[in-house]
Amino acid sequence: MSDNDILVEVRDLKVHFPIRRGVLFDRTVGHVKAVDGVDLSIPRGKTYGLVGESGCGKSTLGRALLQLTPPTSGEVKFDGVELTTLPAGKLRATRRRMQMIFQDPMSSLDPRQNVESILTEGLQAHGIGANRDDRRRIIGETLDAVGLPKWALSRYPHEFSGGQRQRIGIARALVLGPELIVADEPVSALDVSIQAQVVNLLDELQDSLGLTYLVIAHDLAVVRHISDVVGVMYLGALVEEAPSDRLYTEPLHPYTRALMSAVPVPDPDVEDRRERILLAGDLPSPANPPSGCRFHTRCPWAQPTRCADERPELRQIGASRVACHWAEQIAAGELRPHEVTAKVTRPEDEGEEPGVVSAPSEPGSYV
Amino acid sequence: MALLEVDDLSVTFARRGQRTVHAVDGVSFSVDTGEVVGLVGESGCGKSVTSLAIMGLLPKQPGLRVGGKAVFDGNDLLQLDDRSRRDIRGRDVAMIFQDPLSSLNPVIPIGLQVTEVLARHRGMKGEAAAKEAADLLDRVGIPDPRRRLKEYPHQLSGGMRQRALIAMAVACQPRLLIADEPTTALDVTIQAQILELLKDLVRDSGTALVMITHDLGVVAGMCDTINVLYAGRVVETATRRPLFRQPRHPYTEGLLGSVPRLDAGRGERLNPIPGSVRDLLPWPDGCAFAPRCARRVDACVGEPPELVLTHDARSYRCVNPVPVPGLTPEADARATAPTTTEPGAVPAQAEPADPPAVPGSGPAPREEETP
Amino acid sequence: MTITGGKKREKIDRLAELSAREDEQGVSLWKEAFRRLRRNPAAIVGVVILAIFVLVAVIGPFLVPYSPTDSIGIREGLVKSGQGIIPGASADHWLGFDHQGRDEFSRLVVGARQTLLVGVVSTLIGLAVGALIGGVAGAAAGLGGRWGRWIDTTLMRFIDMLLAMPSLLLAVSIAALLGASLTTVMIAVGVVSVPIFARLLRGSMIAQANSDYVLAATSLGVKKSKIALTHVVPNSIAPVIVQATLTLATAIIEAAALSFLGLGNPDSAIPEWGVMLADAQPYLGIRPGLAIYPALGIIITALGFTLLGEAMREALDPKLRK
Ligand SMILES: Nc1ncnc2c1ncn2[C@@H]1O[C@H](COP(=O)(O)OP(=O)(O)OP(=O)(O)O)[C@@H](O)[C@H]1O
Ligand SMILES: Nc1ncnc2c1ncn2[C@@H]1O[C@H](COP(=O)(O)OP(=O)(O)OP(=O)(O)O)[C@@H](O)[C@H]1O
Ligand code: SF4
Ligand code: SF4
Ligand SMILES: [Mg+2]
Ligand SMILES: [Mg+2]
Repeated sequence: MSDNDILVEVRDLKVHFPIRRGVLFDRTVGHVKAVDGVDLSIPRGKTYGLVGESGCGKSTLGRALLQLTPPTSGEVKFDGVELTTLPAGKLRATRRRMQMIFQDPMSSLDPRQNVESILTEGLQAHGIGANRDDRRRIIGETLDAVGLPKWALSRYPHEFSGGQRQRIGIARALVLGPELIVADEPVSALDVSIQAQVVNLLDELQDSLGLTYLVIAHDLAVVRHISDVVGVMYLGALVEEAPSDRLYTEPLHPYTRALMSAVPVPDPDVEDRRERILLAGDLPSPANPPSGCRFHTRCPWAQPTRCADERPELRQIGASRVACHWAEQIAAGELRPHEVTAKVTRPEDEGEEPGVVSAPSEPGSYV
Repeated sequence: MALLEVDDLSVTFARRGQRTVHAVDGVSFSVDTGEVVGLVGESGCGKSVTSLAIMGLLPKQPGLRVGGKAVFDGNDLLQLDDRSRRDIRGRDVAMIFQDPLSSLNPVIPIGLQVTEVLARHRGMKGEAAAKEAADLLDRVGIPDPRRRLKEYPHQLSGGMRQRALIAMAVACQPRLLIADEPTTALDVTIQAQILELLKDLVRDSGTALVMITHDLGVVAGMCDTINVLYAGRVVETATRRPLFRQPRHPYTEGLLGSVPRLDAGRGERLNPIPGSVRDLLPWPDGCAFAPRCARRVDACVGEPPELVLTHDARSYRCVNPVPVPGLTPEADARATAPTTTEPGAVPAQAEPADPPAVPGSGPAPREEETP
Repeated sequence: MTITGGKKREKIDRLAELSAREDEQGVSLWKEAFRRLRRNPAAIVGVVILAIFVLVAVIGPFLVPYSPTDSIGIREGLVKSGQGIIPGASADHWLGFDHQGRDEFSRLVVGARQTLLVGVVSTLIGLAVGALIGGVAGAAAGLGGRWGRWIDTTLMRFIDMLLAMPSLLLAVSIAALLGASLTTVMIAVGVVSVPIFARLLRGSMIAQANSDYVLAATSLGVKKSKIALTHVVPNSIAPVIVQATLTLATAIIEAAALSFLGLGNPDSAIPEWGVMLADAQPYLGIRPGLAIYPALGIIITALGFTLLGEAMREALDPKLRK
């Protein structure tokens, strides 16, 4: 298997969600550009880590990649096959080869299904296993692989601990024998000591089954730990992509630097020595992203020219790809960071006027 | 005398037809003036209940039993009547919660909520209160504070809401601030801002801070003394550097081994603790950590391990602690605390490895329960 | 170490193996909910009340000592309501007579059946129509697309209009339209509860359709129709069942109110608690019991349904699960 055996290739992927308002009938008043032009490729058998702050479009990217959310435009090639134009039936058949692991182990399991039925569902959908016994055998092997006891089969999700539930979710993905697994925040809902168990499990499964992962997380330490390549997202776009060791030792994009310096390290010596780059203000709303470089409203290195009006492309610099006009100059120390004053960012979709609360037409608001 | 001295605090919830929950099961720790004390532990170990019990904010439900002592400045907070507790709360002791949105009143502008606190505890009114409120918002880094005062919580972002909450908490210059996972709901870059803000506030005003978190990275960056909780008890107390360099309690060691580190290489396996927090032994039957502990010996079971005080002002609750490199187990045992000395009479101390924030006051000899 | 230490250690080793209850079968959500229901005293009180009520309604009419339509008291000359003489409880007539000399106890028992019938039928009407509208709207919203959204919005605006009208006014208009009868009351009360069921079912269907486990099933490659039938609908039903129980309580009260206003069965010979209450009105001063007995009946059964419904809501609430 050569290094450039690419399993997944994403080209200029965009996912824009319409924002609808209206008293009687909804009309579209704008778009949330959740994912706005992402290129990336994942080699077979490797792990691609995706980090970024809440709302930057990580989950949307993962779902659009699996065609769970229809992309607005762009291409997704899986093992050479273009997924965005695949007919529904073929796409469903292809799903066997690409699976997903979810953040919340409880809400991603149907509370009414026992473990056996959860694991059988996919097998039945794809007609895997000749009969019940055959399926039981496959399920038994999968349970072993994720370290769940046999008696789990007749149990229901609420009878397990968080870590065990996440193992059930992993087993559900594994039972179909996929090649690609998209793991959306696989450990962030778990306790510290359980996180490590699941991270190790994912590592072991990759070694033994040759899986390819796209791991999405907001925890840089976790992502760095399990990824070969890490992509950093900001407001719907990649700002930097680098081999995971390099990202830590030589972050090139100002946002990556700030992110790296903000992650607390459980080591007092490191904590005391480290230089913090504190970003001012909050993440701007993806419904109304800043012009030019999207980071320019918070960037301590922002320059009067280009930053505010020219959107930087991802450029290859050494082993990394960086979307910053001034990356080389910043790395060389020619540019110095400066003070940025915080600007007010509104939470998304909130009325400007206090008290103007729209009628409960949102799903779930009256359940 | 420490500013806050929590001694053998216990909280149980008894419900009809259900097992009694020992949410907090004998927690003791102390906080000195100007000190930053961390309470760390995994979900469900009783961090929040401990803080709520100290503040007297536990839900008044039948079957709730609170025992032990929480002496703040000479008064046992647990014995106060509701009125004097309300007086202390907000003025002398303030609290910040994890979820800023649900701890702010959604239908009252931020400004009014801040001035209310000022009016209540500092008797300020009108323009003076408004000015002070704007100053407070400015101090916690909210841009354009005058305008923000008129806004409602839902109009602010998560980070700004937490700042507003902190502004309310520090409005009366409390002597003790309890922060229950103040940054867990926030993004890392915002978390860094808030932690920096808290550090500055504490440094400038000399307020003592109890920092409750499950993130070892957060405590590593800001706490002077750290208490590690497991199943409702403090299992290890130490100052910052010794705790991270040489954890003695197997649980602390396990926690440190579980966290992936930003500065470690790809492919290094983590050393997780087996099992989950659900698998615990009730404390009266032995060490609650025993079912998950790799260092378990026969003596761990039968009765709860006693608190051991060592020469370097740390204490742990374990009969077979992680050995210190270069120290044979026997030597360690000899160096171990004189269990018979009077409480408070800690023997001549080695140079504290991590001096506390307040100069001059060494690691406070604390009244641990005599084992 | 001592032997006891060894034993203790074994115990812990077992604990460390995560769980020792291997032989035990899993407890499904419904079983678990049922378990918690059984432990809730409010639920037990509710069930007892309802059991008595249903028992009385079903077999009571066969056991009553007198015919509920027979004006025994007048025939025997005991009741002269014109002169204000309506005798109260006696050994033969446990609750006395009503104003037409009929045995009050027998009427109360037979009235229970009518009341149950009205409550159940009207709730079923509301449930059926509401669930149909809500289900279609929910499915349309779940499918999405231009048409899906259009169908959903249209249906929901219609439902909102129904919801905006005061329920009693709505019921009175329907009754006025159809003429006074028991059927009218049942339809009117049923229509009033339609929007509740419709919104509830649609809401929970949309919530389920957006849930992670539906996404998980989609990513497994399960067909949409199968997902709807195996995940979305079954998980949306629990709140509807709870609501139906609670609606039974309001339906009984509303039906009584309509009957009281004279929109119910004009033939007061067939006893119904609401009608009995209306009939008792002129004689409140003489024999308040005539109003009190049916009123108590209504209140207690409504209470029974409410207690059970609330207890079920609690038992099924995933947030309260351990
Ligand atoms: N179905 C949807 N309809 C409308 N907007 C959406 C939808 N899903 C996501 N968004 C918006 O798109 C943006 C990106 O969301 P996404 O869930 O991908 O972020 P994320 O990076 O995964 O964040 P988090 O770390 O919080 O999970 C957000 O602003 C979100 O509000
Ligand atoms: N009102 C209550 N009634 C019954 N049990 C409770 C109540 N509040 C808390 N508990 C229990 O007490 C224990 C400790 O809870 P606590 O909230 O203090 O945990 P925590 O350490 O703050 O965890 P987290 O990190 O999840 O916030 C838990 O097992 C919890 O289930
Ligand atoms: S392009 Fe400009 S604003 Fe954007 S990251 Fe680079 S320096 Fe900062
Ligand atoms: S007392 Fe025993 S079981 Fe408990 S932590 Fe120490 S060695 Fe482990
Ligand atoms: Mg996400
Ligand atoms: Mg808590």
